[in-house]
Amino acid sequence: MSEIPGDLKFQKSHEWVRVEQDGTVTVGISDHAQVALGDLVYVELPEVGSEVTAGAGVAVVESVKAASDIYAPVSGKVIAVNDSLSDKPETINEDAYGDGWIFKLEISDKAELDTLLSPDEYAHLSENEDH
Amino acid sequence: MTDKTALNATHRELGARMVDFGGWDMPIAYGSQIEEHHAVRKDAGMFDVSHMTVVDLTGDRTRDFLRRLVANNVDKLAKSGKALYTCMLDENGGVIDDLIVYFLREDFFRLVVNAATRAKDLAWIEKQAASFGVTVRERPEFGMIAVQGPNARAKMIGLLPEEAREKATKLGKFAAIEIEGPNGMPLFLARTGYTGEDGFEVVVPDTRVVELWNLLREAGVAPAGLGARDTLRLEAGMNLYGQDMDETVTPWEASLAWTISLDEGRDFIGRAALEKQKAAGVPRVMVGLVMDDKGVLRHGQKVLTSAGEGEILSGGFAPTLGKSVAFARVPASELGQVRVDIRGREVPVRVVKFPFVRDGQPMPGIVD
Repeated sequence: MSEIPGDLKFQKSHEWVRVEQDGTVTVGISDHAQVALGDLVYVELPEVGSEVTAGAGVAVVESVKAASDIYAPVSGKVIAVNDSLSDKPETINEDAYGDGWIFKLEISDKAELDTLLSPDEYAHLSENEDH
Repeated sequence: MTDKTALNATHRELGARMVDFGGWDMPIAYGSQIEEHHAVRKDAGMFDVSHMTVVDLTGDRTRDFLRRLVANNVDKLAKSGKALYTCMLDENGGVIDDLIVYFLREDFFRLVVNAATRAKDLAWIEKQAASFGVTVRERPEFGMIAVQGPNARAKMIGLLPEEAREKATKLGKFAAIEIEGPNGMPLFLARTGYTGEDGFEVVVPDTRVVELWNLLREAGVAPAGLGARDTLRLEAGMNLYGQDMDETVTPWEASLAWTISLDEGRDFIGRAALEKQKAAGVPRVMVGLVMDDKGVLRHGQKVLTSAGEGEILSGGFAPTLGKSVAFARVPASELGQVRVDIRGREVPVRVVKFPFVRDGQPMPGIVD
């Protein structure tokens, strides 16, 4: 399993968040999550411009095994989605923390970021899940 | 407490992701499930199917007993080693299980039944067997490996001792032989499978199953998990017990009419109910669906037709086709434009004949 980049924050439901230079955030699913899901075959992306609330389901990833909801880690407006996933959902399996990003948000409340987990906290949590 | 096959530690050493499958701790995939699927379609893969239940029936009236027990007719089995796929029905014509019957001798037939239905199957078979004086013996001391794919037979035969190779090469489809395997291990070699590809299902003593597995790996046979087994059999148009049929469904309603033998004068269990349903008109049928839109058809999704609602039975992504296919049970009537409700969205699907894939290739009309 690949190393977790240190600049990410996580939510328990396995989404990661990266705060970009301009203050927007990028969201994807963790490497741990893509391994658990198996080969991804479909990603249902949110609409650009839609408003999302922290904790609400905004996207769906489907693997050969199951469909899984992606929950917004923070509230805000969707400003971009990774359209290349429509044709190549397996990008998430190949590069969960990079090219496999799912959507970008303009966040409405920066304080919500503080409720997310650090890479260490997340790694600890996902390791325990395996046992 | 879950059961473990003799290969459990081997699966874990190979890094398999394990899941509970009908009370057994089994590998769902070792790495990429899709790569395992393609390995079977294009070359050779192997599955640990030791969780399946081998049941031996012995006694002078075994054939008579099977004429009564199962819906297909064992009189089709004339030559020793021949196999027959059949349903075992209850008095209402509901499917207790689907199984394979192997004819070995007049006083010795072998059944292979599903793992998840083991206890109820054994109870039912024993109950029916009593009046025929047939002895029912489960054989938990056997393991089983399914070796499947266009190159599977050649790779398996290559492991056999010289004198066994010709016999194994000549073995016809849907037949089995008892044969000496590598290093003297006794094998029950059956040219059967659950993937739509040629190959063998090999019954071997539990104590030798790891040895056989490792030899097959060295011969270039790729380990494949139950995940790939499921997508392979779905593409091949094969039913899964518990998902596509059970006691609430007759074979007419599960696309299994081809396994029912309404031959003159044979009173098999469930026959009266089947004939009654056929005369009255079978209310539901099982159809194949292909979705050209992106997304995945899943078990339990609602199917909308002009004749009323139905439901997805087995459904999933078909790696050979690059799109999703499913079996659905729908009203036996003109269906009109069929749609599937996926998270509140009505997605159009095409009703098609199955299998979806045969001999590694999409069947005509399935992809476009």
